[in-house]
Amino acid sequence: MVQQLFFYYLAFASVLSAVLTIGLRNPVHCGLALLSLLFHIAGFFILLNAEFIAAVQIIIYAGAILVLYLFVLMLLNLKTEERYLHRRYALWLFFGLLAAGQAFWLLLKSPFAGKPGDVTPEKVTQFGHTQTIGIVIFNEYFLPFEIVGVFLLGAIIGAIVLAKDRPPADQRETSR
Amino acid sequence: MIPLSSYLVVSSVLFATGLIGVLIRRNFIIILMAVEIMLNAANLNLVAFSSYLDSMAGQIVALFIIAVAAGEAAVGLAIIIVVFRGKIATNVDQINLLKW
Repeated sequence: MVQQLFFYYLAFASVLSAVLTIGLRNPVHCGLALLSLLFHIAGFFILLNAEFIAAVQIIIYAGAILVLYLFVLMLLNLKTEERYLHRRYALWLFFGLLAAGQAFWLLLKSPFAGKPGDVTPEKVTQFGHTQTIGIVIFNEYFLPFEIVGVFLLGAIIGAIVLAKDRPPADQRETSR
Repeated sequence: MIPLSSYLVVSSVLFATGLIGVLIRRNFIIILMAVEIMLNAANLNLVAFSSYLDSMAGQIVALFIIAVAAGEAAVGLAIIIVVFRGKIATNVDQINLLKW
């Protein structure tokens, strides 16, 4: 009963904050609505017995990614514009609703079944979620883990190279 | 007990919201935020399936998705800063040249 109440609250609040994220005019308000959405998704993860993912969601998404967004918003000092939707937004809204309708249709006709694994909730509560996920990630998924590390290195280098301030053209020869 | 289909409904509503946001908004940064909404919907779906099927695979993939989202945000915002510094535009429908 408590779980269901919690679920309905989270579902309502996360959908509301997602709609506010794409609907508000001021970009900073959109960022704050996105923050609320990320916290509610973390609540869903706790409800699904995935505490480690919930902590990572809050630390990385809300702590790092969203701060990056707000930092860039304040750096660029974007003004709230009169016309904040796309010029032909009605057409794109139609296509978006069409795609959403197809997703719902696929959801309704799918059987949602699969082969159950061996990590039962009892095992997770016995060892703790962090230990369970750590054992799996460093045994079965070690190569993808390393590849993600290299990917993040590439992303850091790419971001620095893109955003680095180039000297003006007349000073470029002397600084080289 | 909450059925798995409730989680799937919430995640597909969130995904549809993010998709519509990408399609109808003009501001760069809001479009990237809508992409984050879609990634979160996918994460919710993966974690729900992994929890209901007693398997860790979905949660590991959700962790990788969070890492990829961090990289995407860093590179996307760097591109936005470059475009904004060139005084070109702040909206996606004003960027219609590949080279200037």
